Amino acid sequence: MKQILAQLLSGKSGPAAASVPSARENLALVAVLFGLVVLFSAISDRFLTGATFASIAYQLPELGLLTLAMLIPILSGGLNLAVTFSANISGLVLAWVLMWGGGADAGLTALIPAIILALVSGAVIGWVLGAVVAYTGAHPILASLAMMIFLRGLGEFLTRGGSVSGFPPELTWLGQGNVMGIPVPLVIFALCVGIWALILTRTRLGFAIYQLGSNLEATRYSGINTRWALTMVYVLSGIMCAVAGIVMASRFNSVRVGHGEAYLLITVLACFLGRVDPFGGFGRVAPVILALVILQVIGSGLNLLGTNQHLATALWGGILISVMVMRFIWGRVAGRMR
Amino acid sequence: MPRFLSSIGATERWLILVIACICIGLSLATDTFFTLVNAFDLLNSSAVNVIFAAGLLVVLVAGGIDISFAVGASVVQYLAVIVLMKLGGGNWAIGLILATFFGFCLGAINATLIYHFRIISIVVTIATFNLFFGLLMFFTGGVSIYLLPDWMTRRVILFEYETSAGWAEITLPVLVMAVVVLATWFLMRKLSFGRQLFAIGDNVEGARRLGINIGAMHYLAYGWLGACAGIAGLMQAHYAQEVVPNALYGRELEVLAAVVLGGARLGGGRGTLLGAILGLALVAITQNGLNLLGVSPYAFRMIVGFIILVAISMSGETLGFLTERMRRSRRADDVASGGAE
Repeated sequence: MKQILAQLLSGKSGPAAASVPSARENLALVAVLFGLVVLFSAISDRFLTGATFASIAYQLPELGLLTLAMLIPILSGGLNLAVTFSANISGLVLAWVLMWGGGADAGLTALIPAIILALVSGAVIGWVLGAVVAYTGAHPILASLAMMIFLRGLGEFLTRGGSVSGFPPELTWLGQGNVMGIPVPLVIFALCVGIWALILTRTRLGFAIYQLGSNLEATRYSGINTRWALTMVYVLSGIMCAVAGIVMASRFNSVRVGHGEAYLLITVLACFLGRVDPFGGFGRVAPVILALVILQVIGSGLNLLGTNQHLATALWGGILISVMVMRFIWGRVAGRMR
Repeated sequence: MPRFLSSIGATERWLILVIACICIGLSLATDTFFTLVNAFDLLNSSAVNVIFAAGLLVVLVAGGIDISFAVGASVVQYLAVIVLMKLGGGNWAIGLILATFFGFCLGAINATLIYHFRIISIVVTIATFNLFFGLLMFFTGGVSIYLLPDWMTRRVILFEYETSAGWAEITLPVLVMAVVVLATWFLMRKLSFGRQLFAIGDNVEGARRLGINIGAMHYLAYGWLGACAGIAGLMQAHYAQEVVPNALYGRELEVLAAVVLGGARLGGGRGTLLGAILGLALVAITQNGLNLLGVSPYAFRMIVGFIILVAISMSGETLGFLTERMRRSRRADDVASGGAE
């Protein structure tokens, strides 16, 4: 008992979190999800219909892609508070190249370079942020906050607070079309989830990211170039922000600085709900996706019940608190039984 | 070096240097910057942020972080105004007591979750941020309150002085700011409770073994920030003469950036009030200067963000860190090459 208390008091749930089998940690989230679905279908008979699931399928990717962009920095022991505005800036790059290529009449010849340039802009933003974090030793929260303020200002300066719109149908297809009945954004999201899982579990960089989160100094002594790895963490994050920016631009058919601003802290919330260690080093992609689905089900369910988005925001916070409290109580009970 | 200078940390000295350069530049570039009127305006408009910063610093020093305080301040504004209206108006004393009390309660919610349920502070406060803001918007429906008690909207001028550029005035928020800053300084520097905050911020387990009551320290830190946020909320409502539910939304990150820029360590155990105020001053003076220079307001945030980025990349601490790293890597190279020979 004392040991557990000491471990808990030290604030880091590291070893405990790592010893929980991944199946059980997913099971708890699936149970929450199942409970919510049952609850919503009991309250409203319109919940278990195709329309609800279609709305979830189109809305999930935006938040999901930004959460993926947040996930890797958190795993490396940092945080990237610039994700939403980085996505906006990449969206703007996309929009401008398209405008330059002919606006709504721009064909694939303009669209492909536009997408590539948007991804490059995301990578550049990520590289600058990563370099500041890796080479100056500034705390990632401070560095990314400064980057957030800068990017937001840059976007506001360049657009004067207005929006850019009028995109070719090929781009709108990315956000609103479907392939064999599956919404395209969902396909893009699934692909990105796959790539992220692959990077984190099957590459040297992925291994280094987990190590950075556990102990940066020890990682450095073990011969990994931590500065390079940290920079790459934010480059990857920036690229994923760009993907999110492209999907957002295509879904709304416009780009405005501030789109998705409210998602910023929700992405952190989703990561924590998905059992990612706030200090880094531990966490998997699958539970985070489950957490995202839970959040989106709450959002869409409440929307269906006719309440506004704000109640969903409150509930998102409430769910995170109650899940954390349940985990604590469960940990206590399990500790006593042992 | 005089004694008072050596007691100022490296980060603070660096910030003072940067601020001095900006001030000299602005005084030369504009004839309105270096006036009493402008200085007092700066004070009046930054008072709310300084009150937030003083509270946040206490939590950062104690090893925590709080994202929810600005939204909490909005909740306090609503609660306080509603209760005051029920009481039939009230006055400054009742208003301040209510704001402090409600703020403390919101902070205590965070402390309870963090201490009793052992949830990490950033997780708790991101959750309560969403909880507070969502509930506030849900219950108010996003409607602002314009009908405030008379005493709350009346400007209180504590000191005025006529200059050639107009009246230089110091208003009530500045006095409240001074009191809060002094109280926070007294807590952190002179009271044993405050010194214990530094201890738990540096090493929780070590502090616990010394016999420090960790639970009480959590309530003190988050309650203090809550109370400061409540007071800041009341001052903001007084300054803006209205209560808008999302007026303070997003303020938490701006204040956090400024306080951390001022040398408070995320992770606890280190941080000074002077640094926090200097961090805020850098941002406020830059914005004020850009305004006076006639720069487009759209460019403000960009320039402020850029200056913070440059400041964190070049701060004395970072330079020290870099030279140490270089020295260490050189030593490592020497060892490696020595081993190869």
